[in-house]
Amino acid sequence: MTVQDVVPTASVPDAEHASQWRLMWWAFRRHRLAMIGGTVVLIFYLIALFCEFLSPFSPNSTSARDVFHPPQMLRLFYKDENGDRAFGLNVQAMTQKRDPFTLQTTFVPDPDRRIFIAFMGRGEPYKLWGLIPLERRLFTAANPKERFFLLGADRLGRDMLSRILYGTRISMTIGLVGVALSLILGVSLGGISGYLGGKVDAIIQRFVELILALPTIPIWLGLSASLPQDWSPLTRYFAITAILSLVGWTELARVVRGRFLALRTEDFVIAARLDGASRRRVILRHMAPSMASHIIASVTLAIPLMIIAETSLSFLGLGLQPPLISWGVLLREAQNVQTISQAPWLFAPGAGVVLAVLALNFLGDGIRDAADPYAQGQSA
Amino acid sequence: MSEAVLEIENLVTEFPTRRGVFRAVDDVTLTVRHGKTLCVVGESGSGKSVTARSVLQIVDHPGRIASGRVLLHRHRTARAQEGGEEDTLDLAKLPPRGNEMRAIRGRDVAMIFQEPMSALSPVHTIGNQIVEAIRLHETMSKKAAWARAVDLLRQVEIPNPEAAAKRYTFEYSGGMRQRAMIAMAIACNPSVLIADEPTTALDVTIQAEIIDLLRKLQADTGMGLMFITHDMGVVAEIADEVAVMHNGRVVERGEPLAIFERPQEPYTQRLLDAVRRLDTPSERRLAMRATNPPSSPVLTVDDMAKHFYITGGLLGMSKETFVAVRDASLTLRTGENLGIVGESGSGKTTLGRCIQGVQRPTEGKVLYTDKAGRTTDLARLREHELRTAWRDIRMVFQDPFSSLNPRMTVGQIVGEPLLMAGTHSGAALRRRVGELLEVVGLPANAAERYPHAFSGGQRQRVGIARAIAPEPRVIIADEATSALDVSLRIQILDLLLDLQERMGLSFLFISHDIAVIRYFCDRIAVMHRGRIVETGETEAVCTNPSHDYTRSLLSAVPVPDPRRRGKTVRHRYVEDKASSTAA
Repeated sequence: MTVQDVVPTASVPDAEHASQWRLMWWAFRRHRLAMIGGTVVLIFYLIALFCEFLSPFSPNSTSARDVFHPPQMLRLFYKDENGDRAFGLNVQAMTQKRDPFTLQTTFVPDPDRRIFIAFMGRGEPYKLWGLIPLERRLFTAANPKERFFLLGADRLGRDMLSRILYGTRISMTIGLVGVALSLILGVSLGGISGYLGGKVDAIIQRFVELILALPTIPIWLGLSASLPQDWSPLTRYFAITAILSLVGWTELARVVRGRFLALRTEDFVIAARLDGASRRRVILRHMAPSMASHIIASVTLAIPLMIIAETSLSFLGLGLQPPLISWGVLLREAQNVQTISQAPWLFAPGAGVVLAVLALNFLGDGIRDAADPYAQGQSA
Repeated sequence: MSEAVLEIENLVTEFPTRRGVFRAVDDVTLTVRHGKTLCVVGESGSGKSVTARSVLQIVDHPGRIASGRVLLHRHRTARAQEGGEEDTLDLAKLPPRGNEMRAIRGRDVAMIFQEPMSALSPVHTIGNQIVEAIRLHETMSKKAAWARAVDLLRQVEIPNPEAAAKRYTFEYSGGMRQRAMIAMAIACNPSVLIADEPTTALDVTIQAEIIDLLRKLQADTGMGLMFITHDMGVVAEIADEVAVMHNGRVVERGEPLAIFERPQEPYTQRLLDAVRRLDTPSERRLAMRATNPPSSPVLTVDDMAKHFYITGGLLGMSKETFVAVRDASLTLRTGENLGIVGESGSGKTTLGRCIQGVQRPTEGKVLYTDKAGRTTDLARLREHELRTAWRDIRMVFQDPFSSLNPRMTVGQIVGEPLLMAGTHSGAALRRRVGELLEVVGLPANAAERYPHAFSGGQRQRVGIARAIAPEPRVIIADEATSALDVSLRIQILDLLLDLQERMGLSFLFISHDIAVIRYFCDRIAVMHRGRIVETGETEAVCTNPSHDYTRSLLSAVPVPDPRRRGKTVRHRYVEDKASSTAA
């Protein structure tokens, strides 16, 4: 006996009219970690969408004076000329000092100088999505000649914060594009395999097993090393996503095949056949909706794998190449011990990777749990 | 009256839900006596299982006992020391996961469940599982425990117990598993055995044997038995005391004779009335046949067989043939109800699906005569050629939950065959769906709702509405009432008879339940191991069966009349060896 049987549904009349998506949303909402994960993922994609506007500087503008500039603390108040506390976003300026004996450069705070930050101020001009010319940025230095570094600067004096925000765009979308490719491959091959069964199924499944048996990392390395060096960064980007999804589709193909096999013998599918529905209609109208939610869940869980794969490849120098900016490309800067001791803030993109992957995994778990709102005992 | 061993007093078990606390068990008071059987009877959702589980504190999460006492009088059991010092324990006060509670479970109070497959471990031998159960509660060498296990298997009448103890769960049949489960439960001589629908998943002939076994064990050990069931026939067969539960409350308690002959509560009266009506031919049907007798054949099955090929081994090289149906010949006439009765695995579902053409028969003919009088052989048609025939021959499924797509509204489900046939669309379709829902007794606004908003009985009505939508001539109902409670069962059967009168339908009614067949069907075909062993007028077959198997089947059906207890002579049907190994 389930609780569902006995709770009078009349007390929540809208539940009777609720479609599967609404029931899923209700189940999902109760999964708190997934809600948090979902919010974080949403924020990441908003950043990816508006990274030009959000970043204070152009990610490629160098500054010889600010090589390995450490992060600066954001302050809300400052002392004006009269010594009174006044409100205004600012950071304390730092000046470069060179040790006369060791020739090592250090940055020391300059108590007299502050750099003011303008909200929606005019900064370097840029093109939003490469189309709309703009020069307002969410935050930028009030004086266009000054620069500030909330997350430090790299070996060419470029602003790490801006670079990480730009990196979000490529790192988060390479997952999407890669998964979209896997989805097409996985759903079609898995669908054929599950629907036709028999010999075709056996052949496709052995093929999937073959691919799963191949060690992924050497294959990725080999394939990306064989990409022609003279390809444009954008072509390379798409080539890399294709390489990543070559392996990623197998998992999806199995999920789809499994659902197909399970659904094919369900009474309601037989009923649909008896109602005179054509094969196409049985699949698209009667079976597909039951699979959609499961597919969405596996897709959400596949994106973080893609992100990690891209990061590792780029980190090894075999994935994306500068001038493209992704988290993996950025992490390449943090490859040696010297950098770690001198400029630990170069690791910041790693935090982005961890956060994004965790958030996507929580989101995926939540969707997977909510995917079948008709499972026994779940809807009460 | 013997002494009480287990007393449940004012027990309340609650489940917190999103919409407030739900009381599954509401102020229940019951007594299990030494050497006696208490039957707790009720329909689904009445709280009978939760009551039993509350005794051992194994209620499913998040349920919990809110108040009440569960008193176990250990001094009154066979195991108690001489002198009989007062030793009463309130089980409801013990922590559910504590050592004390664990020591009670299996030792003083044991439980057997409906589905023995999931209650037994698949990776240990049956013998080892019983040894484990013994050694959990008693210090005993492995060897002695094994000897005891074999002895227990002998007690529960498992043939060749020494060898059987070394086998695994999957090597046992359903009835054998339940016997093994009982052996495990009685391993430590419990003073109370709680049996939660132990025979519901079993065939009637096996059910009868299990009930005999429990009765015999009770006579030997003097344990108190709390038997939970929904079947009034079983109650009449085994109960010393009956408690009728409804909506979490005990509505009536008493001796079986009193309950069956002078029920006080309206609920009990309704329940018994439904049970009694089911076992007799429907007067409505008899009246209908008198004015409008069945005419020409609409479906003729001629020597049909269905073989399944089981491929195994490397790359499917080895092939085995399993014969699900052999030499089946049937005739269904217009306006007639033909029942197919058989136990699980007898091939009755396969027969139904082959007649419809969902599965292709291997041999034989399925001749369908349509309205115009043309006869076609459905067994030779491909799926797209069958679609016109499928408008005339419709199916009602057993499971009202899995047969309706949870992702479509009721209106879409019922309208699908009309939309596919191209006869209705748009506003006309909506109007027709509204009419159909009204015909099956559902409110018109049901069309916009999803199946999950409906109860089992209502869902089955939706399934019937879908079946009659294209104005068919034949309906194949495969266990259409088996998943429903007895009072709903009769309502659905009456609805089907109603539709028969209105639309001139013929029914092929597949069921394992003889009472239902007797109520609904004019003629009956008895199936056993893929073969139709007997065909005839329902009453003639039921009162005077000619085949041995039919006789054993009928004698195993529990009669809901406590006065006839022990008076029916049970026939056991034993096949000759050759045919049983072949199948």
